[in-house]
Amino acid sequence: MRKFYGVSLDSPLMLGTAQYPSPAVLEAAFRRSGASVATVSLRREGGQGQAFWDIIRGLGVHVLPNTAGCYSAREAITTAQMAREMFETNWIKLEVIGHADTLQPDPFGLLDATEALAADGFEVFPYTTEDQILAARLLDAGAQVLMPWGAPIGSGLGLNNRYGLKTLRAAFPDVPMVIDAGLGLPSHAADAMELGFDAVLLNTAVAQAGDPVAMAQAFAMAARAGALACTADPMEPRDMATPSTPVIGKAWL
Amino acid sequence: MKIEVNGAAQQVTGATVAEALAELGWEKARVATALNGDFLPKAARATTPLRDGDRLEVLAPMQGG
Repeated sequence: MRKFYGVSLDSPLMLGTAQYPSPAVLEAAFRRSGASVATVSLRREGGQGQAFWDIIRGLGVHVLPNTAGCYSAREAITTAQMAREMFETNWIKLEVIGHADTLQPDPFGLLDATEALAADGFEVFPYTTEDQILAARLLDAGAQVLMPWGAPIGSGLGLNNRYGLKTLRAAFPDVPMVIDAGLGLPSHAADAMELGFDAVLLNTAVAQAGDPVAMAQAFAMAARAGALACTADPMEPRDMATPSTPVIGKAWL
Repeated sequence: MKIEVNGAAQQVTGATVAEALAELGWEKARVATALNGDFLPKAARATTPLRDGDRLEVLAPMQGG
């Protein structure tokens, strides 16, 4: 696995911390899956923040704060600065959202915010599309990791543009990349890892499953299986059948 | 003076952000602050004056995806 700003992760599974039925289930999902990164956010203080933060710290995983819900570079930059002080990390999952229905990134705001934050010492994980030109511009702006979407956040559709993602992976072979958002099933995670991505980040598919703890484990196993398969150099698919059992020596009956 | 705290109107007497936070019961809370849309580091709260109509955001860790 490629390193994320110098950090090697024990597991290619990054998990969100929202929408679980209870804090106990959240904790169990992390422990059972061995997820290596937890995403968190900042919201208006309502008295629950400290208890939540204590749970996250107790997990002993890397913390990746997000700028979820920000619709402008300015909002995202301010949120990132607040998150850096609060969570004491330079990592930031940078979301600059362009449209409320699709929650797709605003590429222009994302680029502006990436440039400003990278110059300010942040280690930016930009939530982006599979667009190759945007990816190049984000890297030029100082991002050293990319987080292309699989599908719109919370949709569970898997890898919506498999061709685009494959092309993106091939275009930047040295850049660590996380498939972030849109995964619904462990097979989607395995698919992403088989394509050569370095990690997957998901939340809803685990938190909203009937049994989030089992689903977290299933995703972890699938991501590992996909990663192993990728290093094992998969065969090329072909259109025609080819016998696997030797033809020579078959009895004449 | 009247300021806006997390979107709600609040009457405070404190002259600085740190004093206002103490007044609102957040003296010891682990929070991050922004004043009028700009990040306000913890270390600057005690020396940052508040003015009538200021917008103060007080944020805490929360679940996120």
